[in-house]
Amino acid sequence: MRLTPTLKAAAAVAVLLAATACGSSDTGSSASTGLNPPDLKAQSKLGKTEGQVNLIAWAGYVEDGSNDPKVDWVSDFEKQTGCQVNSKVAASSDEMVKLMKTGQYDAVSASGDASLRLIASGDAAPVNTALVPNYKNVFSGLKKGAWNSVDGQMYGIPHGRGANLLMYNTEKVSPAPTSWSAVFDDASAHKGHVTAYDSPIYIADAALYLKSARPELKIKDPYALDQKQFDAAVALLKKQSANVGEYWSDYLKEISAFKSGDSVVGTTWQVIANLTADEGAKVKAFVPEEGSTGWSDTWMISAKAKHPNCAYKWMDWIISPKVNAQVAEYFGEAPANSEACAYTSDKSFCDTFHATDESYWKNVAFWNTPIEQCLDGRTDVKCVPYAKWVQAWTEIKG
Amino acid sequence: MTSLPQAVGRSPVRRLAGTLHRRPRLRLSLLLTAPLLWLAVLYLGSLAVLFVSAFWTTNSFTSEVVKVWSTDNFHQLLTTPVYRQVILRSVGVALAVTLLCAVIAFPVAFYTARIARPERRPLLVVAILTPLWASYLVKVYAWRLILSQGGLADWALKPLGLSGPGYGLVAAIIALTYLWLPYMILPIHTALEQLPANLLDASADLGARAGRTFRSVVLPMVLPSVAAGSVFTFSLSLGDYITVQIVGGKTQLIGNVVYSNIELNLPMAAALGTVPVVVIVVYLLAMRRTGALSSL
Repeated sequence: MRLTPTLKAAAAVAVLLAATACGSSDTGSSASTGLNPPDLKAQSKLGKTEGQVNLIAWAGYVEDGSNDPKVDWVSDFEKQTGCQVNSKVAASSDEMVKLMKTGQYDAVSASGDASLRLIASGDAAPVNTALVPNYKNVFSGLKKGAWNSVDGQMYGIPHGRGANLLMYNTEKVSPAPTSWSAVFDDASAHKGHVTAYDSPIYIADAALYLKSARPELKIKDPYALDQKQFDAAVALLKKQSANVGEYWSDYLKEISAFKSGDSVVGTTWQVIANLTADEGAKVKAFVPEEGSTGWSDTWMISAKAKHPNCAYKWMDWIISPKVNAQVAEYFGEAPANSEACAYTSDKSFCDTFHATDESYWKNVAFWNTPIEQCLDGRTDVKCVPYAKWVQAWTEIKG
Repeated sequence: MTSLPQAVGRSPVRRLAGTLHRRPRLRLSLLLTAPLLWLAVLYLGSLAVLFVSAFWTTNSFTSEVVKVWSTDNFHQLLTTPVYRQVILRSVGVALAVTLLCAVIAFPVAFYTARIARPERRPLLVVAILTPLWASYLVKVYAWRLILSQGGLADWALKPLGLSGPGYGLVAAIIALTYLWLPYMILPIHTALEQLPANLLDASADLGARAGRTFRSVVLPMVLPSVAAGSVFTFSLSLGDYITVQIVGGKTQLIGNVVYSNIELNLPMAAALGTVPVVVIVVYLLAMRRTGALSSL
């Protein structure tokens, strides 16, 4: 019998499908490493600088004037330390983790949803804070957080922080919301015009809401969810999805959606709220009564750093009062250094971003990496690891 | 053999040319080595790597790729409802875009190829091509503005008591149709242009009305070109994920799911990535039957 090419292809596909369908369903039992980081030693003293340093950073964190001649805090660093800065902008936490694994970079500005992964895998080294003079002025709320330290040992230098706020259109949403229920249980009031952050980490926002809305779930930490709690959060998000107009990850997209009225209520960052208001949209952003999730970025040093001394110099430089003020203002976040507020060009900047208001940050659950070992200390259950969050997020969007 | 002494006196280049002339096989292999290497190593090779890596797994915590053979990813692909849904939706969008393109392109091509004055035709073709000169992103963002609340679409439909579709699946189909329309118009235009006028006359002489002529004469001759155009519109729509991100609201297509998996679960992304490859191969085989590939 002579098979036509079409038949041959069809047969090949059929064989493949059959092989797949009969295939084993569970081999991915990759053991969780938990949070027992490899025993790495922090540097005890600084040596001679190596002449260059390779950084991975969020856009806007390492500016040498090439994007905007007025925005430059790298040139002075290079002049003072003799360390040539090579920076690579990463678009997501996952990309940062991946780049750090190559071992070609010395330091990274990791958010909380990346930092624990870097610590656990031994890609990030502990940091000797005594070698970073400016560290003493960092806000206490940022020191030894669950996302940047293990057993009291810092694994990086805090850079800045921000909260995920609830933003609403003051003309179209009334009465003014006070709770996250505006985007969850009461979201149907604005069907098709609700927006949410497009990332698996947003599941924590739902968990944070459930923490107070459904106390019987006993959620303590929105990043430590056992299967039952996780399922409840996912169910809530699936319900929310019916009312969502679009998810945002690109902040320009959110600004345009709020300006045109396609989105009227949803999560945002302070800097986006400011820009949207500047463009004439009637919006307001605030921390609802349940508190909120947030992010705090940390400069971490690679365990395989080839230029550790320059990397230490950089970590000290980026949180020095003047530079920290510059970068915080450019990016739109609360600076980490308590003395930075004296140097901002807009004198009300620190108030707008609640930089010094520790009680404000008490209500903010900073992004963390969910792992199997529950981060809230429970040992009788297994928590849902981040990989499952990613899968669930695809299912939520449908 | 009088030419031989002359050949000896020629420059090396000439001699090489002579050798190549006498040995057609050598000539052919030299010509084809580079493109074949490109095809086999870079193109088919990367497809093979994609396919192989779909059988690996990842460490759930560090998301490092673990090179352990397993069919889990394909198993998941076939059993998880959300993936099936996304795949069906993507194929549906590609088919809808193709159909819309064909319906819109036919009258346009008929006008540019047969009705417009011959000296204007090249100009019209240029006009059809001009949107291809603008950046893809600019065009899609323009659609984002058009379809936004209170935007052009809303404003234009208001007198009819309707409103625009807003961001979503419909918006994505509209934007994709706009983007790929020229790829459908051009092949149809070419086919219609080559349609011998005497066939139409003959059909009329035999008493056929316009509709009958269209069905029995024009359509069968142009159909392969429609199929050729559809290869472009179908495959381009199937692979697109940026348009959907910008105007699709919360819609997810295969590309978006691949994109969201690529950092954390590369093997799953690879498994998802083989889906459009398989779909397009099947589509191409189906189109080959219509003779479309010879009229590309």
